[in-house]
Amino acid sequence: MTIVLAVTAGFLFAAGTYLLLQKLLSRIIVGLGLIAHAANLILLGSGGEPGAPPVIEDGTVAAYSDPLEQALVLTAIVITFGITAFLLALAYRSWTEQGSDEVEDDVEDLRIAGLGRDR
Amino acid sequence: MNTLATLPVVIPLVAAATTLLATRSLALKRIISILAAAASTAVAIALVAVVDADGAIVVSTGGWAPPIGIALVADRLAVLLLATSTVALLAVLVYAVSQRSTDEELGGFHAVYQMLAAGVALALLTGDLFTLFVAFEIMLTASYVLLTHRAGGSETRSTISYVVIGLAASALLLTTIGLIYAMTGTVNIADLTLKLDTVPPGVRAGLGWMLFMVFGIKAAIFPLFFWLPDSYPVAPTPVTALFAGLLTKIGVYAIIRTQTLLFPSDEPVTLMLVIAGFTMIVGVLGAIAQKDIKRILSFHIVSQIGYMIMGLAFFTVAGVTAAIVFVVHQIIVKASLFLVGGLVEDSEGTGAIDGVDAVARRSPFIAALFLPAALSLAGFPPFSGFVGKLALVEAGFAIGAWVIIGISLLASVLTLFSMTKIWAGVFWGEPRTTSPLRVPRGMVMATASLVIVSFAIAIAAEPLIDYAGRAATDLLADGAYRDLVLGATR
Repeated sequence: MTIVLAVTAGFLFAAGTYLLLQKLLSRIIVGLGLIAHAANLILLGSGGEPGAPPVIEDGTVAAYSDPLEQALVLTAIVITFGITAFLLALAYRSWTEQGSDEVEDDVEDLRIAGLGRDR
Repeated sequence: MNTLATLPVVIPLVAAATTLLATRSLALKRIISILAAAASTAVAIALVAVVDADGAIVVSTGGWAPPIGIALVADRLAVLLLATSTVALLAVLVYAVSQRSTDEELGGFHAVYQMLAAGVALALLTGDLFTLFVAFEIMLTASYVLLTHRAGGSETRSTISYVVIGLAASALLLTTIGLIYAMTGTVNIADLTLKLDTVPPGVRAGLGWMLFMVFGIKAAIFPLFFWLPDSYPVAPTPVTALFAGLLTKIGVYAIIRTQTLLFPSDEPVTLMLVIAGFTMIVGVLGAIAQKDIKRILSFHIVSQIGYMIMGLAFFTVAGVTAAIVFVVHQIIVKASLFLVGGLVEDSEGTGAIDGVDAVARRSPFIAALFLPAALSLAGFPPFSGFVGKLALVEAGFAIGAWVIIGISLLASVLTLFSMTKIWAGVFWGEPRTTSPLRVPRGMVMATASLVIVSFAIAIAAEPLIDYAGRAATDLLADGAYRDLVLGATR
């Protein structure tokens, strides 16, 4: 089970990073969402094997699943949700003002690129 | 005493909620906000006195003793930076209110500002890695709102890169915390100091560098700083001053806290020293190439972060002491420099070096505020920067780290050079005919008060260094932090 989680998290990280490097803001936001999911999966996997009850029954400590990392994941999901909503609003503002949600090139980068062309 | 340690988080949270309720009256919002900031400052200063005299305060939230519950740990380092931050927060708030910008008059400013204050306080006080993540999120989310509040047109691009970098760093922090939890089964920092010993050295080093990298993005160290000079200058002055003074320094605080407690080293860490050297030099060279006051100062933030990392990288009590003193000095001086930059912009209409002349003759008081702050940044005696840099250089001498000392002194000379550039371009020259615009007195007073605090740091250098020395000993003494937090339960 852990290996499945690990591979999935790795795949999500890869896909998220790829999208993060794109120029369209909507893709960047989806990429960030994927990376956040990958982080959540890692948190979820950090609690060990699933399937056991979350409380100790009949005083036996043998097998119980850790409730803490689920609480952590819930917190993380809520935070990511809020900030993603904020980013979407930002993308909408950028789209209404500029007519596209493409992230422009850095002004300094353009200047340096221009220096190269002049030579 | 326990209540006292929770107040710096509670007061801003309550103030944020109350200002939201006071929808109609801007005056009421301002009163609540300033009162809350003043109260937090008073509490933080009281905490410094109490903690230094009676030892650190540990609060178990919800009555659950650590490591089960979340602990708030008000130790010497945390309360010292808390007091410094609250002073900066108060001064910047007064500046923002007096500026009467459209930004401050918009509905949510005070609520968001107080949320940021709460996030900063929680980040400093928490003794729990996951709560540290939450505190960073509170602080950064508030900063996203403050930065994007009014940004339009071409500014949107810079603000978007700031938010995206912040989010990506947060996801990495969460991943690191998940990995640490998987290895140890705890996120309590005191508990981790013990349990990380069972982790294989290679894995432990990997986790340490991951945390260093994540907080390094927030602190803007080389080569992770590119977002900073791009995004900070577009914000309104009070916001930039606050970000410059506080946010990166909280990242540095997190680096100092985690590296000394969780990943201690017996000898100077070469890779960290290399990073520190590059941060100093690249930052200051970037500053020299710029033509706008705020952009120059933004690159200086990066450069100065290098000094703090350098102090930490020595991993001696003297080095960490110097790093702590330097953080305190930077919070105040950086904020005051940006506020002066804002005063110039408001009185002259622009912050571009080519567009302004002879401020020294036209508004001598603004020039009188800029000069001590700029000299302090460069490390001139008798200002506060000299105290911090002298302590750093002495700590380096003690272990014979000649190369990094040379680099840091070179960076100081270059800092002085770029400050001279601002001085020559903006403050000197023949006055033109147009008279400067009037700047509200409150703005000047707020800036002046920060400059005075910076003088106070220089005057009280010896007690401050002694105090920071005790804080550094607390951090580096093996098991001191653990006994402090978990002592009651063992």
